[in-house]
Amino acid sequence: METGIHDNEILIDHFMNSRNLGKIEDADGIGMAGDPSCGDYVKVYIKVDKVHLTDIKYEVFGCPSAVATASVFSELVKGKSIVEAQLIDNHDIVEALHGLPEQKLHCSCMAVEAFDKAVIDWVMKSIANSKEEFESLGLPF
Amino acid sequence: MKKVYFDHSATTPVHPIVAEEIIPYITGKFGNPSSVHFLGREVRKAVEAAREKIAQGIGAKPEEIVFTSGGTESDNMAIKGAAYANCRKGNHIITSAVEHHAVLDTCEALKEEGFTLTVLPVDKYGMVSLAAVAEAIKEQTIVISIMHTNNEVGTIQPVYDIGRLAREKGILFHTDAVQSMGKIPVHVDDLEADLLTISGHKFYAPKGIGVLYIRQGSNWQPVSHGGSQERRQRPGTENVSGIIALGKAMELVVSELEEESQRLARLRDKIIQGVLERIPHVHVNGHPIKRLPNLVNLTIEFVEGESLLFSLDMKGIAASSGSACTSDSTDPSHVLLSMGISPQNAQGSLRLSLGRDNNDEDVEYFLDVLAPIIDRLRAMSPFFQQNMIRLRLD
Repeated sequence: METGIHDNEILIDHFMNSRNLGKIEDADGIGMAGDPSCGDYVKVYIKVDKVHLTDIKYEVFGCPSAVATASVFSELVKGKSIVEAQLIDNHDIVEALHGLPEQKLHCSCMAVEAFDKAVIDWVMKSIANSKEEFESLGLPF
Repeated sequence: MKKVYFDHSATTPVHPIVAEEIIPYITGKFGNPSSVHFLGREVRKAVEAAREKIAQGIGAKPEEIVFTSGGTESDNMAIKGAAYANCRKGNHIITSAVEHHAVLDTCEALKEEGFTLTVLPVDKYGMVSLAAVAEAIKEQTIVISIMHTNNEVGTIQPVYDIGRLAREKGILFHTDAVQSMGKIPVHVDDLEADLLTISGHKFYAPKGIGVLYIRQGSNWQPVSHGGSQERRQRPGTENVSGIIALGKAMELVVSELEEESQRLARLRDKIIQGVLERIPHVHVNGHPIKRLPNLVNLTIEFVEGESLLFSLDMKGIAASSGSACTSDSTDPSHVLLSMGISPQNAQGSLRLSLGRDNNDEDVEYFLDVLAPIIDRLRAMSPFFQQNMIRLRLD
């Protein structure tokens, strides 16, 4: 067992006092990502106003590193535009946590992947909504 | 913060009386027991006295006790020594799926060398069946290695019956009794063992000392070569302080065995009852009756093992898990998987192993701390609510 995470105060704080933890009932987009090799999963819920990420929440089944990376990621992206948020990657997460043990680096990819899927979900829903709107007005889509 | 150590199956603290006993041997009495001068002689005497205590503790003769560096070395020596000594007679080895890796990996290594191997399955309690052993025995079978008690779930194997069968068939029988010492009686005749493994640090001696019991007359050969120490069965200058400590620890745990195992069983049952009362969706792993008095293995559904251990750690509780994330391997516990437990549930397993320093207060503190941790981890899981809805619909 690695001892690295037990000495990382930032990681411990994000695990014990996870930010933005939970779910958004009327989410604009939902995405889930997992690592079947270790059985960990992260589910991300986003709320988008025009192009701004107004809220993000997540649920996680995983090790402390998986929880902490999701927590840090939510702080890094919340309030940003979708385009800006999508530029945040796992290196930014690792940096914000002041490092992760080698065998835990893969955890940091899960939140990013789940977020990307949530964005895709939001885009698809937006397209569907626009289509409905156009059709209700009798306009070609 | 209160500290609770619930990981005695991993290792135990050195008993204060044991620590006191070894001080003279790591300070003034430094002689090599093989030296014939007075410094050597006084140490030799102490080593042989310890050997006698250990022999007495497990119903063996002193000359059947061989000191090693611990459980892993004893398991290696037992199985390899038996396999090599009998390789003209046959080449088949039998073991079980729930053995410690010191046994499993040794058997696998022998397979690479050309021996054949049968790894017996276990039932849902982690128990090996005598019938399965009987069925697996072939003309070429030369060694059977089945552990006395399992280190992860505490199940006690039907070792006596397996040992007797092996003896009838003229097959050497090895049992790993590392987790049994000091918790349940370990007697080489009652276990019908030809070879038996003990590790000091599991019962209040320091790390780095163990024993391999070798029944007199067994066709076994050494696996390392050098000097004449330990009757050439395990050459190398003796770990004198370790041996003295092991002798004292053996004397202590054997004299307190009955009282201590009853006390531990009561604490164990208090934990099980407390957890089942307070937390839903928990299963107790291992055999309901034939199990170690000091060990609890729980499957806590919808909770990831490492997060659980980490949360307990933050509250001063040291325990262990069958979770893959807690070790270097990526696979969850081979013991739990071979018992038919799903990989996801194996990830959420929790092992609590008690010892002489634990008391009712520890158990109550643990129970108070556990419930809110489980609530929190389940609340953050994307699976828990979904499954609760499913369960309600069912």
